[in-house]
Amino acid sequence: MAKIKLQKLRHSYMPSAVSDEDYALKQIDLTFEDGGAYALLGPSGCGKTTLLNIISGLLKPSEGKVVFDGFDVTNTPTMARQIAQVFQFPVVYDTMTVFDNLAFPLRNRGVCESKVIMRVTEIAQMLELEASLKQRASGLTADGKQKISLGRGLVREDVNVIMFDEPLTVIDPHLKWELRSKLKELHQQVGVTMIYVTHDQTEALTFAEQVFVMHEGAVVQQGTPVELFEKPKHTFVGHFIGSPGMNVLQCEVRNGAVMFAGNEVGRVSDSDANGWSTVELGVRPEFVTFSSDGVPVEITKVDDLGRYQIVSAKHEEHRIKMIVGEGVQVPAENARVAFDSNHARVYVDGWVQD
Amino acid sequence: MLKTTNQKAWFLVIPVVALVAFNALIPLMTVVNYSVQETFGDNVFFWEGVKWFEQILHSERFHQSFLRQLAFTGMILAIEVPLGIGVALTMPRKGFWVSVCLVLMALPLLIPWNVVGAMWNIFALPDIGLLGRGINALGIDYNFTQQPVSAWLTTVLMDVWHWTSLVVLLSYAGLCSIPDAYYQAAKIDGASSWSVFRHIQLPKMKRVLTIAILLRFMDSFMIYTEPFVLTGGGPGNTTTFLSIDLVKIALGQFDLGPAAAMSLIYFFVVLLMCWVFYTLMMRNERE
Repeated sequence: MAKIKLQKLRHSYMPSAVSDEDYALKQIDLTFEDGGAYALLGPSGCGKTTLLNIISGLLKPSEGKVVFDGFDVTNTPTMARQIAQVFQFPVVYDTMTVFDNLAFPLRNRGVCESKVIMRVTEIAQMLELEASLKQRASGLTADGKQKISLGRGLVREDVNVIMFDEPLTVIDPHLKWELRSKLKELHQQVGVTMIYVTHDQTEALTFAEQVFVMHEGAVVQQGTPVELFEKPKHTFVGHFIGSPGMNVLQCEVRNGAVMFAGNEVGRVSDSDANGWSTVELGVRPEFVTFSSDGVPVEITKVDDLGRYQIVSAKHEEHRIKMIVGEGVQVPAENARVAFDSNHARVYVDGWVQD
Repeated sequence: MLKTTNQKAWFLVIPVVALVAFNALIPLMTVVNYSVQETFGDNVFFWEGVKWFEQILHSERFHQSFLRQLAFTGMILAIEVPLGIGVALTMPRKGFWVSVCLVLMALPLLIPWNVVGAMWNIFALPDIGLLGRGINALGIDYNFTQQPVSAWLTTVLMDVWHWTSLVVLLSYAGLCSIPDAYYQAAKIDGASSWSVFRHIQLPKMKRVLTIAILLRFMDSFMIYTEPFVLTGGGPGNTTTFLSIDLVKIALGQFDLGPAAAMSLIYFFVVLLMCWVFYTLMMRNERE
């Protein structure tokens, strides 16, 4: 087990990268504390997998250092890093039985056979694979194969970190819940550092204690699920997390006052205002309510989801989404909405303004 | 909804059946026809039953060429398959050299059989050929036109030169189809390079290798032109393989009956071996 530090990490897949655009990872400085449960959350192509492969040593970063417990392991081969990694698509050794598949990482490291049997049985039990242990792995369904991949990641006890690269993509929805809670349970039992990569916010928020939200090769915010939800530092985080995402509304700046629909919603210092390209107001749909003295809107659509309704509204060209309880009557006309001032924030060039 | 069945679709197959009949079935039937009859010319035939089949199956000459054929096919498979896999493993997976390697590998496959035979004939001649003279210059007595061992060596070497590329190209295609994730997982699992080969590469190459071995088996079992041009079946009968022997009986001696019977036996042997081999290779696939 180890504390993992990434220092000034940059990576480009091009041999001679010049501009920032050429970098799949632009400057990453991160610390994974020993024993934590982390999630890397971001859309496809944001650099999550690249980051993971750098930690595991499958990729060598263009710049920067990977440090395990104070030791620079940037040039250490994968085998010596003592890490486990589970990939997005199932990898099984076709010619081996399920048992041999699970035992493979242990046997390669010369673990004695009685110990192997003990560990494999334990893991198989956890993943409900006992019945098929003697079967050939190639005959299993995609679900079963991915369970084997997971099992191979979990079977070793001496690992510094276990990394999951969108491991549940191919798994059935009902099994997803089950496996995710199993992983979480396992984390609490053994206390190994786990890093979970996903583009699914539910997965990230339920699994992790700390979530890193990535966007275009950079970490835009690190925080607990609650922090990410309540205090998004960047409009991307606000939009990416939450369903539906945060409303991001274009504002005007007049004499340092940030104006939306004729109301002052915040202030920025006037001197800087000229250099800014965009000033926006961010407010989550949960914090938009109907109010008689609010901004006039036109309701375009109401989606009734049972326990709550998602109301799509429009003020001029600005689209606003709001979440209202099931009992709330949606006014047919002359609707006005107000934003909860404690939860509405001004974003300048995408970044929150405190 | 019920599916309707319309047997009229079979009529659509008629053109193919007709084509196959003309280019395969009818010629084959004439062979069957010859194999059960005797003729002394003038297009007069006498019924002989299975006499020619019995004669061929008991003939020492057939046994010998059959054994030579088995030995030859066994040898070239034993060399070409491992060598082909080995070369494929060392070929680069990306970059400029990929195309260079592929073109170099494909070259021998593009040369016509009789040209290969002629090339090697001249190449291996002990007095003027580069190979033949070279070996003799090393102090080894080598003359493929007179020594059976030299003749065999040259024939096998020629086939290896001509056809290993096929195994290489097929294996390479198989290797390229393995997703990176397998290699990454193997690294994480701490697999040695032998384990990677044994548990990832070989199983993933199994299908293409099956095809490669089948093709090489069939082709080498029916080989004619190259050894015919190189050694003409000699010295003596030492490199007279089945097809060379067959042509000698059919066209040299003009014994149509025995030649036809031998063709059919030859045909069934190839068919049977392919079937057995394919069944063995694929028996685990359905599990």
